[in-house]
Amino acid sequence: MSNDKSAAQGFDNRIAFAETLIKLASSNPRIVAVASDSAGSSNLNAFKAAFPDRLVNVGIAEQDLVGVGAGLANAGLIPFICAASCFLTARAMEQIKVDIAYSNTPAILCGMSPGIAYGELGPTHHSIEDLAWLRVLPNITIAVPADAIETEHVVRWAAQANQPTFIRVSRHKVPLLPGTERKFRPGTAHTLAQGEDITIVALGTMVSAALEASKLLKTKGVSARVIHVTTLKPLDDDLIIKAARETGRIVTVEEASTIGGLGGAVAELLAQVHPTPMRMIGIPGIFAPTGNVDFLFERFGMTPEGIAETCLKF
Amino acid sequence: MLPNSPAQIELWKAFRKEISESDAARTRYMILEQSRLARTEILAMIQIAGMGHVGGDFSVIDILTTLYFAELNIDPSDAAKENRDWFILSKGHCAAAFYATLAHSGYFDPHELSTFMQPMSMLNGHPSKGKISGIETSTGPLGHGLPIAVGVAIAANIQKQDHRTFVVLGDGELQEGTNWEAAMTASQYKLSNLIVIIDRNRLQQGAGTEDTNGLDPLDGKWESFGWDVQIVDGHEPLELLDAIRRGGNEKPRCIIANTVKGKGVSFMENRAEWHHKVPSAEQNLAALKELFS
Repeated sequence: MSNDKSAAQGFDNRIAFAETLIKLASSNPRIVAVASDSAGSSNLNAFKAAFPDRLVNVGIAEQDLVGVGAGLANAGLIPFICAASCFLTARAMEQIKVDIAYSNTPAILCGMSPGIAYGELGPTHHSIEDLAWLRVLPNITIAVPADAIETEHVVRWAAQANQPTFIRVSRHKVPLLPGTERKFRPGTAHTLAQGEDITIVALGTMVSAALEASKLLKTKGVSARVIHVTTLKPLDDDLIIKAARETGRIVTVEEASTIGGLGGAVAELLAQVHPTPMRMIGIPGIFAPTGNVDFLFERFGMTPEGIAETCLKF
Repeated sequence: MLPNSPAQIELWKAFRKEISESDAARTRYMILEQSRLARTEILAMIQIAGMGHVGGDFSVIDILTTLYFAELNIDPSDAAKENRDWFILSKGHCAAAFYATLAHSGYFDPHELSTFMQPMSMLNGHPSKGKISGIETSTGPLGHGLPIAVGVAIAANIQKQDHRTFVVLGDGELQEGTNWEAAMTASQYKLSNLIVIIDRNRLQQGAGTEDTNGLDPLDGKWESFGWDVQIVDGHEPLELLDAIRRGGNEKPRCIIANTVKGKGVSFMENRAEWHHKVPSAEQNLAALKELFS
């Protein structure tokens, strides 16, 4: 890992993403990157230097970006279509629906700096809706890697999966998690901490916070199970239903709107199979105020302390 | 996915062979006769379905027939053949014309045309990838075809393939900004392997293009975006073939094909209401009589 010196604060998944892409592209000439003047923000400058003919930059034009990416995939290449998640998903939604999902085009959409990574820039640049928008589309696998190692595994998988995929590549630095060196399989979530009283189901940047919350809860005598979800779609139904049956209460936590994302997905599942009281942590259906990401995490209870508090009050 | 039709493929191959050995007059005759047959089928499809876009089908059908029966380097028995020419119908609402063309090229059995828009048919109201082998991407919402075609043309260059990519755009469709995003990209990447053909019938759903959100000077627009532009009569196959076969330069190529919406049936021609009006039984009969006269 090239940014070991920042291990204390954690790793930016975009760096693992870019390094993995270069490694894969070195041995697979079909891999190309597609950018919308986003080579810098997507960490693709090194890719461009190594493979100048395989970085397609369409300029500031996200609809064109996704359409061109679909064409590249149709014609036999493996495009990683990279842009800030807020623009990629909102601006190009119909291209994602028709050109990628409905046409079942094996392109990889890479939503960079999602959630509230651009906290200070305000709600125009927050991407808290992307998961809800994409989750409703058939055919697309939605992967949200939780640390640098899992990011590498997901990128490697996507390059050979030959199917429409969305990878949400976080910018907020996160520590390495236990178990992420394992082989990635879509639809398989993992229990990172055992517990009997309550289950915290966490996604992406919130997995490490959930794990810390379970430790805080332990000191308060609460045994909290932690489930690490990597693919929002397909969801690991069985593991979540089992946790609902065994612990009776579910708290979801995600760096996204609580409407339609992880919280929504788990609620839709459990309401039909095993209705279970739930709390949902994330941005609660509002435009978040402006502020840096740490401020926003604190404000919406997306910290270990905040998650623990929600569990204790449940 | 509908299976292809080996018998129809043989007929199509014989047609292509004969065209390749014919003089200009015979080539023109054969293409226009094939188009005439397609127009009668389009009428039948729309009559059975009770829905469709007859005006645009009739303006684009001579372009489609010219491409599939005289120009495209394709193999309907191996639709995904490497280094084939690519064709994308961006104005996907003219699916009936596309289906009639694909069926007679052997991509599926022409008898299936009667299922157009019926429950569970593979012949959706708009072309759907995966349902018929010759459809390279699903279209329907306007402004999607050109960006995808640009991606295909860039991929050809990256993979050092020499095939061409054709995309047919409606003129009203050019009001969608994605076309102009992609036009810039094509010019930036010097995609001389990309050929856009615009079905310039000057009418959109509600009114004339120039009365809605005007496109003229259309040739100047494309030229200013860095494209090589030619203007032809879109109902004259020889003009279209000459424009396609003319030696290019480094620029992507745009052929503005002037057409008549509803071409071939006098009471439909140049009338906006025939964008998606369904002929009555009497009108259908009158249209058929005119096409056969």
